[in-house]
Amino acid sequence: MSNTAVKEVKLKKAKKSSKAKMYNRGAWIYALPAFIPLVLLSVVPLVQAIWTAFTDSVAGFEVTVSFIGFENFRRLAGDTLFWQSFRIGIIWAVSVTLLALVLGFGLALLLNQKLRLLGLMRVLSLVPWAMPPVVVAIMWSLLLRPTSGPIEGIFTFLHIPGARTDWLGDFNTALPTVILIGAWVGMPIITVSILAALQGIPTEMVEASVIDGANAWQRFRFITLPAVRAITTALVALNIIWNFSSFGLVFVLTAGGPGGKTFVPALFAYNEAFKYGNFGYAASMGVVMALAIVGMLSIYLKVSKREDTQR
Amino acid sequence: MSNTTKVNLADLPLEKKKRKYYLIPTYIAVIFYLLFLGFPFLWMFSISLKSPYELLQLNPSLIPDGFYWQNYIDIIEKRGLINSAKNSFVIALLTAALTTVFTVPAAYAIARLRKVFSGIATGWILVSQVFPVSLIIIPLFMAVRRIGLLDTIWGLVLVYLVASLPFALWMLKGYVSSIPLDLEEAGAMDGASSFQILRRIVFPLLVPGIVATALFTFLNSWNEFFFALVLIQSPENETLPLTLARFMGSEGQVLLGPLAAGAFLATIPSLVIFGIMQRKLASGLLAGAVKG
Repeated sequence: MSNTAVKEVKLKKAKKSSKAKMYNRGAWIYALPAFIPLVLLSVVPLVQAIWTAFTDSVAGFEVTVSFIGFENFRRLAGDTLFWQSFRIGIIWAVSVTLLALVLGFGLALLLNQKLRLLGLMRVLSLVPWAMPPVVVAIMWSLLLRPTSGPIEGIFTFLHIPGARTDWLGDFNTALPTVILIGAWVGMPIITVSILAALQGIPTEMVEASVIDGANAWQRFRFITLPAVRAITTALVALNIIWNFSSFGLVFVLTAGGPGGKTFVPALFAYNEAFKYGNFGYAASMGVVMALAIVGMLSIYLKVSKREDTQR
Repeated sequence: MSNTTKVNLADLPLEKKKRKYYLIPTYIAVIFYLLFLGFPFLWMFSISLKSPYELLQLNPSLIPDGFYWQNYIDIIEKRGLINSAKNSFVIALLTAALTTVFTVPAAYAIARLRKVFSGIATGWILVSQVFPVSLIIIPLFMAVRRIGLLDTIWGLVLVYLVASLPFALWMLKGYVSSIPLDLEEAGAMDGASSFQILRRIVFPLLVPGIVATALFTFLNSWNEFFFALVLIQSPENETLPLTLARFMGSEGQVLLGPLAAGAFLATIPSLVIFGIMQRKLASGLLAGAVKG
């Protein structure tokens, strides 16, 4: 870059910041109408929710609520049913995220090529995202019916053992089946984001590597992977957050059954609050879930950062 | 862009020999994805057109024997689907409108404000995503009950507004950041007041972003299930997902045809909105993420 160009850029920057300051003076007026509801509707409930976790609040009108310190958490620590559900929640969140990532990454790689049927695939790849979770649940339960579903037909046709399995009702298959459906739902957002990153790879870079004799694997390893690393980290983090506290799909598909095999913690907290009316106790579960999410995220981000610095 | 890459690669002698060999597993993967993504939806549509008699047969086929429209008539007329759809539509529309009214000025302010403020706001948006809805719903439920809006459409709109504000703000902020500041400066030079700048310069450029955000909010409210499950009790105030879930848990186990028909109908608005904003959506989400 020439000297004059540098100067110009500097000048522009200086100009920008002075102008920006000028607008800043008035900007908070526009912010107020949005920040008041934002604080009222978003900050206040959250603070209240955390406060509720330290009280004996129960459902019903005109009940006196008193502060009981860490009593809910002490009780929760000994609640084996909750920890069982907590474990299922972690298995669910991590498996759904990883499976969706692998499937979504593969789809993005395909969509980034020049192939037939691409238009159809592009449209279809977004469908799971658009569908209401309840409809997704209904659709898959129709598909997986043990007596009249097509999956069962395929198994019988190919003589694979496992025909007539009640996929959502069997102790061994319920959780893996629900995880597969969860990944089906989570795929589109991953595909779209990774595809955008792939399309940002400069053509010259790929050409140069081919001329230098890089094979397909090397191109994937040293060009594709670094290009999608940042967005993948963000996607995994977001998906773990969403999945760990997701509710609708499992609620409609299995309602936690069979025998609590798919009883994710969000479902547990929902039952505690709105079936049994123990608001305080349910809130303490929510707080523990939020802490678990923060814990998982910090471990994950630390690991991915360390990997980043190692290369 | 990338398409030309592939063409160029194929033209290189190094790649030419391997080309066909590569394509076999690739097309197997394509077929796998097409089936995995599309078949469930196709199957549901097929069931929605089958008569109860056909549904009882073993070895079901994808193509129905005929068009049994009775399933659609049944779910619409007998199961109150029209009323639920109306509720869902009104709720989603109100939520989208209110969210837009509240977030447009705030997104502008966050994008253009001093770094400290915008940092706090962005941080809050992210933090609010970490807390599970099953925690947030408890105080919201109590608040909605206290103001007497439990089991009403307005109570649900209020809660949806809370739920959609952070993400809508996040999306819009990205769109505002992409408007060059120079344009506003030019307006200021010509003597426009800050309100005029906002109305005449920023707003027109922001319209596509606002439309995308509003559609996204509409879609999320239309699809939402958990909050509606907690807040709505009487059938006449039910939203579409609630009615479908209730139907699936009861008669739907037997009446597969109407269940599939209802589920199919509930998806149409979502698919239409997605069709409209296919491109916008990806770029909008990324705009928020990259320029955050």
